[in-house]
Amino acid sequence: MTYHDLVIIGGGPAGLAAAVSAHEAGIEDILILERDERLGGILNQCIHNGFGLHTFKEELTGPEYADRYIKKVTDYKIPYKLKSIAADISAEREILYVNGEEGAVSVKAGAVILAMGCRERPRGALGLPGYRPAGIFTAGTAQRLMNIEGYSVGKKVFILGSGDIGLIMARRMTLEGAIVICVAELMPYSGGLNRNIVQCLNDFNIPLKLSHTVTKIHGKQRVTGITISEVDANRRPIKGTEEYYDCDTLLLSCGLLPENELSKSAGVTLDRVTGGPVVDDKLQTSVEGVFACGNVLHVHDLVDYVSEEAERAGRQAASFVKSGKENDKKYITLSVGSGVRYTVPQMIDVNNMNDSVTVRFRVSDVFRDKSVSVCYDDKCVIKRKKRILAPGEMEQIVIKKDTFGDSMPKTVKISVED
Amino acid sequence: MNEKYDVCIIGGGVVGCATARELSKYDLKVCVVEKEEDVCSGTSKANSAIVHAGFDAVPGTLKAKMNVRGAELIRQLSKTLDFPYRQNGSLVLCFDENGIPELNKLYERGIRNGVSGLSIISGDEARRLEPALSDKVVSALLAENAGIVCPFQMTIAFAENAASNGVTFRFLTEVTDIRSDGDGYVLSTNKGEINAKYVVNAAGLYSDKIHNAVADDKITVIPRRGEYVLLDREVGDLVSHTVFQLPTKYGKGVLVSPTVHGNLLVGPSADDIEDKEDTQTTASATASVKERALLSVPKVPYNKTITGFSGVRAHLETGDFIIGETKNGFFDAAGVESPGLTAAPAIGEYLTELIVNKCGASLKENYVKERRGIPQVAKLPQKERTELIKKNPKYGVIICRCENISEGEIVDAIHRTPGAVSLDGIKRRVRQGMGRCQAGFCTPAAIAILARELGIPEEQVTKNRPGSQQIKESL
Repeated sequence: MTYHDLVIIGGGPAGLAAAVSAHEAGIEDILILERDERLGGILNQCIHNGFGLHTFKEELTGPEYADRYIKKVTDYKIPYKLKSIAADISAEREILYVNGEEGAVSVKAGAVILAMGCRERPRGALGLPGYRPAGIFTAGTAQRLMNIEGYSVGKKVFILGSGDIGLIMARRMTLEGAIVICVAELMPYSGGLNRNIVQCLNDFNIPLKLSHTVTKIHGKQRVTGITISEVDANRRPIKGTEEYYDCDTLLLSCGLLPENELSKSAGVTLDRVTGGPVVDDKLQTSVEGVFACGNVLHVHDLVDYVSEEAERAGRQAASFVKSGKENDKKYITLSVGSGVRYTVPQMIDVNNMNDSVTVRFRVSDVFRDKSVSVCYDDKCVIKRKKRILAPGEMEQIVIKKDTFGDSMPKTVKISVED
Repeated sequence: MNEKYDVCIIGGGVVGCATARELSKYDLKVCVVEKEEDVCSGTSKANSAIVHAGFDAVPGTLKAKMNVRGAELIRQLSKTLDFPYRQNGSLVLCFDENGIPELNKLYERGIRNGVSGLSIISGDEARRLEPALSDKVVSALLAENAGIVCPFQMTIAFAENAASNGVTFRFLTEVTDIRSDGDGYVLSTNKGEINAKYVVNAAGLYSDKIHNAVADDKITVIPRRGEYVLLDREVGDLVSHTVFQLPTKYGKGVLVSPTVHGNLLVGPSADDIEDKEDTQTTASATASVKERALLSVPKVPYNKTITGFSGVRAHLETGDFIIGETKNGFFDAAGVESPGLTAAPAIGEYLTELIVNKCGASLKENYVKERRGIPQVAKLPQKERTELIKKNPKYGVIICRCENISEGEIVDAIHRTPGAVSLDGIKRRVRQGMGRCQAGFCTPAAIAILARELGIPEEQVTKNRPGSQQIKESL
């Protein structure tokens, strides 16, 4: 079995940034495994602009953003394998990958970075009633067919779910000549970024119907129409509110799910809320030497944050490979208070932590004129006023080591307060 | 098209294909006509996927006879024809002391039908076998011989083996009328006429229409829809037996069962409907099925649902199958509802016997007995998998990540006879798109492969029948 210091599963934005930073931290024996036929991951189909404002202080398209990292990977001569899918990872960091040239190959890794990304919630998992004809796509599949394969999937489109990809596709399909009738969203607020609502819906006069869902899909061969209904506070359709729309296509943008089947095979503990691994401040999972970053860890709304997180994972994995040994760990738990759905990381190893830790989190509802508070045990140490907090926009807060003082807290709690 | 056959089978579902395969052992020119683009496209594709032990049907009925014999045949054929089958046993749960006489009645029925491996066990014994069962179970009928099968692959295996032995398949061919011409029958179809000495009516939901075109007594098939919920493989081992409920005043009960591919299946509902093609799912039936299953297994993790679907069964008011020579040379396999999947090979065997006795055909000399399935590459040991990939690199290109299906397997599915000509055809043959992302990731690749292998533009690739194109136009 061959050995590599670092094996990175996935050559999308997370995997690329992790590879670059691990290399810059002095690790040369790296292998990136990418299942698609090119590096860049989902960025390749995101041909719209708006990427890189944080990272590069300029506005790039998805492929341009990916290209910045791909160039570095090439310049650094970091090895990668395309059309190569990781089929299994063990807790001992043995990876089985498969491709057409080599067959099924096992490699041993000094450290592993999980960067497999996420997938879209399909129609079946949403339980949408009606027929099961052609013409129902997740927004990302339609985006791939349109932007990579060069096909239009529909002429008259209804979109369920206001996730960012759905919003982007509303604009994209309009620009390609399709009629986008409406975007319906189950929740009373949008799941996407506000800027996407403005630029992709408002600018094109596409209505957004909040608190609505699809209650029937019509058409035996191809979608011929859909019925939507308004939902009550418990998200149950309200009788008598049905509206029928003629359409040939239904796009779904109803949530992304971190893709952690491989993580499970390695025995990595997952967080029920994020669907991704539970990690410490070094982005290390419950399995030693296995790190995670990007959308496999938790779903991000900006790729810039993915890159930043992945760079951290790359540096930490490099330091793990080089030192091997860490001080005994002493964890404090990051707990979620009212109004907060989850945090990443979920715990901080105070014996080995850096001077500061960036904690990312999402809130559970739309809040106006509230504060985000951080409490060490019972003592509130940070309180930051926020004009608006929304589930669609990821928040972050930096916790400095020196604020812990001499008596280390047991828990650090983040909440939304008045 | 104006073709002449000894036997023309109407319907390429499991019954039609099983009959075709059985007839293909003999020196007969056989044709299967199917109105859809592929075999296994109607009732055969959407059902409970179980091999009933045979205690349910009333002794002496065709359902009882065909069920018991069919279960035995499936066990053997799963090996010679290489399709997935597992004898996982079934339990019929009784939740109320008052139901025990009914449970005993099922047991007695089973014994009279010749079913072995039956026993009545206590609620505690049932929970020892299946720890996920409800505390409310007081007693259960255990049927060790019950099993689960892949209905798609079984039907396809029958069809492929029949084709290897010379049976012709005519797809997208709908029989619109049948008339006797003295020497046999003339079938009018949308693609011309077919002449056949003998006709087998295996038209499923339309078996009444076909029957009524020839027979003097008229029958009516009542389309009965059943909805199912399918859960992720992650929770497929919640139960290992197929778990039924004793029918109560609240209805027939729903089952919770592992599938032979490791998913968990819950269902079905039973609603009589007007339209034979009304395979929609409804919020009310889905909710009802989900709730009723909790009576058996209180903790079904519905948040792991990957899809819901419904199938329509061909129910006859009379309650039994109609199988046999209805008119001179016209053979019925009408009203085949549950346990039809189990019964199918027995129905094929029985009808073949009738036809062969009538025409005196002899066995073929070069009959191909065995059929091998498409290799499941990801399930091979690492070394064998590598060797196979070295021979054909396409086996190393994973298209469907959820089910680990390679391009090589998809190409095989397309080039078998009868081969996949639609996305659903691929899915049913090799499970591409059957997993938790429900073809989200692999649809573009599957469309491209199908277009390339069939030599058609991608805009013409269909999900199933014509009109179900996924792509509208090239940009």
